[in-house]
Amino acid sequence: MKRIYLDHAATTAVDSEVMQAMAPYFAEAFGNASSLHSFGKDASRALGAARQTVADALGAGMGEIFFTSGGTESDNLALKGVMMAGGVGRGERGHIITSAIEHPAILNTCRYLEGAGHGCDVTYIPVGSDGLVDPGDVADAIRDDTKLISIMHANNEIGTIQPIAEIGAIARKNGVLFHTDAVQSFGKTEIDLRKIPVDMLSLSSHKIYGPKGVGALYVRDGVEIAPLMHGGGHESGLRAGTENVAGIVGFAKAAMLAIERFAPDCSHLTKLRDMLIKGTIAAIDDVHLNGHPTERLPNNANLRFDFVEGEAMLLHLDVKGIAVSTGSACSSASSEPSHVLLALGLAPEEIHGSIRFTLGRENTEEEILYVLDVLPEIVGKLRAISPIAGGKR
Amino acid sequence: MEYTEEVMDHFLNPRNIGDIPDADGVGTIGNQVCGDMTSVYIKVADDRIVDIKFKTFGCGAAIATASKTTELALGKTLDEALAITRDDVADALGGLPEAKLHCSNLAADALHVAIEEYRAKG
Repeated sequence: MKRIYLDHAATTAVDSEVMQAMAPYFAEAFGNASSLHSFGKDASRALGAARQTVADALGAGMGEIFFTSGGTESDNLALKGVMMAGGVGRGERGHIITSAIEHPAILNTCRYLEGAGHGCDVTYIPVGSDGLVDPGDVADAIRDDTKLISIMHANNEIGTIQPIAEIGAIARKNGVLFHTDAVQSFGKTEIDLRKIPVDMLSLSSHKIYGPKGVGALYVRDGVEIAPLMHGGGHESGLRAGTENVAGIVGFAKAAMLAIERFAPDCSHLTKLRDMLIKGTIAAIDDVHLNGHPTERLPNNANLRFDFVEGEAMLLHLDVKGIAVSTGSACSSASSEPSHVLLALGLAPEEIHGSIRFTLGRENTEEEILYVLDVLPEIVGKLRAISPIAGGKR
Repeated sequence: MEYTEEVMDHFLNPRNIGDIPDADGVGTIGNQVCGDMTSVYIKVADDRIVDIKFKTFGCGAAIATASKTTELALGKTLDEALAITRDDVADALGGLPEAKLHCSNLAADALHVAIEEYRAKG
């Protein structure tokens, strides 16, 4: 059976060009980038070139890119690093502003910093029913002791793109640092750090057809942050540990390809996304789009199917070879419905029936047509046995 | 997390789906943990369940456990059916993932409510 992968917000396949770029760094140029001999120099040159590539992709300076193990570490480093550099944990207090729909890497780091002994206060800005943060709410939340604002660029579940230029400007005007998690947005919406006031930005490799276990944190020149990982002084002392050279080379190659293919990727994804959204809503009654209709990633279609449950839909789609994800409580280990969909003001039973389709570069129109072909039957089958459907299909 | 073949079979090909318009007893249970809902409809003759149907708004485990519950209860005396526990249902399905054990309450509880409703009518 042909399998159709529509879960690119979860992870992506490694691009063949990325694999090729990585290949020499496992057994040939395997040196430790800190070593002074030729083996080390090969690795260190590759590392430098990769850093330059990622910096160029963002419109940043080479010295502003710090490689990490991925988005979660970058988010942790940004938040804890800034707060610790500001004296948190040594008796100082500090305030963070974030949004209610951040990735758990941000939200759980905030909850940790709010915890006993860390002395942080956190304000969680609500979002509108379209998933947008109102920059005015961010401005209103700023206090004398606000050290950091962290608002994601694009949401991983609903794809809503936040007005980070406006939020960054508010932060800058108030002398507060601004971090954004751009893990989902990089390669799918423009990011030029020469144009927008961002102090820190998190990236992940495996969301952009690179390998897992690699990412980066951009830290604007002059921003002071404390390391989480102590050791041999790698990454200018900000992130100790022998560099994952092959992974970093792969990440840089993936970032380069994302920039090169940006325009065709975006138009291809937007076309498929709109085909999927319009086609589904036309074919099935009582289907709704979660998130903002236009301020959304070109590859995200988060649809809500009334009267059915998401995990049951996911399983049926999986049997048909189609891979998606759901915000339903039933699919989460915690049995909690999606905090993002809750923040939109949706009722738990509405969240129950939400399915996230996230498209990728290699998806085709034929695949979307196949999805549109099988969806009505699946929804119909589940609605037929749903006690709340009231005979609707 | 993975479902057993038996769970997937009952999920993909649920037995005894639908409702019974002139049911002798109906039980509906909503799950506070996750928002699922199951309704069980029974027809009773000579103290035995002679027909049983269900409807479920819920995940794969909720649908599969409801299907299995109806299968276990069909033809049983009311006392036998009342003795069916969540564990019986989970065991009959070859086990459920830890996070899904709460789903197995739904159908067994709905069945018990349906029987109690029938008995209360006298």
